Amino acid sequence: MEQGISLNDVLSISEDVVAREVEREFLIIPIASGVGDMEDELYSLNECGKAIWDKLDGVKSLAQIKSDLAEEYDAPPEEIETDVLNFTSELLKRKILVRI
Amino acid sequence: MAFENKYVRTVKAADFKLWEKAQPRLLNLDIELTERCNNNCLHCCINLPENDESARQRELTTDELKKILREAASLGCLSVRLTGGEPLLRPDFAELYLFIRKLGIKVLLFTNATLINADLIQLFRKYPPGELIEVTVYGMTQRTYEAVSRVKGTFAKAFRGITLLLENNIPFVVKSALLPQNREDIPAFEAWAKSIPWMTKPPRYSMFFDLRNRRDSDKNDLIARVRATPDDGIDFIMRNPEAYRKDMQAFCAKFTSPPGDKLFTCGAGKKSGTIDAYGNFQVCMLVRHPATLYDLRRGSLQDALDNFFPHVLAAKAKNSDYLQKCAKCFLKGLCEQCPGKAWTEHGTLDTPVSYLCDIAHKQARLLGLLDEHEWAWQVEDWRQRIDRFVASE
Repeated sequence: MEQGISLNDVLSISEDVVAREVEREFLIIPIASGVGDMEDELYSLNECGKAIWDKLDGVKSLAQIKSDLAEEYDAPPEEIETDVLNFTSELLKRKILVRI
Repeated sequence: MAFENKYVRTVKAADFKLWEKAQPRLLNLDIELTERCNNNCLHCCINLPENDESARQRELTTDELKKILREAASLGCLSVRLTGGEPLLRPDFAELYLFIRKLGIKVLLFTNATLINADLIQLFRKYPPGELIEVTVYGMTQRTYEAVSRVKGTFAKAFRGITLLLENNIPFVVKSALLPQNREDIPAFEAWAKSIPWMTKPPRYSMFFDLRNRRDSDKNDLIARVRATPDDGIDFIMRNPEAYRKDMQAFCAKFTSPPGDKLFTCGAGKKSGTIDAYGNFQVCMLVRHPATLYDLRRGSLQDALDNFFPHVLAAKAKNSDYLQKCAKCFLKGLCEQCPGKAWTEHGTLDTPVSYLCDIAHKQARLLGLLDEHEWAWQVEDWRQRIDRFVASE
């Protein structure tokens, strides 16, 4: 995975992004230089992305998050694991998430 | 490279189409942080002296502004324009700027750049505004600049600020106000503007200046003297006749038709508005008729948008001159007549402004939409004329 991410990692949301829910659209807005890809880009999360995002509290490991999601959603654990790792590695690469 | 997968999609803020389906209550907001300015420009419709203590004391406090901004974010606002006066005069500017950015709202800053300093540059570098800063430049030499700004030392300060922006790669564009005092600078200004990396289009000019928004009319004679006459202004706009004609064809195809007796036809106040320095929420920057102001110190943006603005925007013209002329005039798209302009010129919402009427008619005659002695409100075949004009080579 990108930047060697693993289920042992604990991630939190960067202070340099703002998450806003506007009319049922969940947006991540980078506000500082070097965060995200381009200064004028926003990121819109779908339901799956939002479910993972909501669990990123800077305390739980990705393994715990995977386990929580497996209890809440009717999906195979291996699929959830892939989703969690893919999603978080992309955001980590863009400095939207930071390692604790 | 755009980030796109099953969880997330990347959206260019400028192309954000969320609003087409979701329709938040507030799209963007203009805030006049202060009416005070460190320039004293000949033509300005709003500025008060920098050290006007009475104005300063009446201004919204930092906490009041933050409360309003929090509500703006909750209503969906994604962009705030900070203007004035000179917004950088407020000692809490940096605090407010950062507060807005941390709400996830972009900032469009209008400034004369004289107060741009190393601290602000650091702030803009770390937290880019998200919109191009707009700097108004009043002249290319000390003599011309300060003939307009009427404050010694402002030319050097403005260009020091602009140089800081350039050296630190903070995106900005320049624009100007065209007066007899700086007209000789146009070639030098335009050549310099081309060298600014973010100037993808020629600079914009204001020249048909508004009278004082507060109707403090001591200065109106002065403004009337320095604003472009219809002939001069149109000659300037027509410097590139082909481009002008093309622009007008595109514009007329969309916007030209008689407005009838409905006064507000521009979309102001529907999902936007202006907050003046003292907390009055108004449908646009110009309309300051007391009956159209909502006091945010006693209410909320949402209440204004839902319950107050709809009544303001439903206003219909009663002025018989307006009903006979403007309401029937198909040049509405070429004419800046609006309740805001009527307010600044006449203190009403519906008195025709002859200055604007002259400008619109002059343009229409040059474009072949009217004969020399015709008045647009008397023309019955206006739609055919527009069709012919739009289709012409």
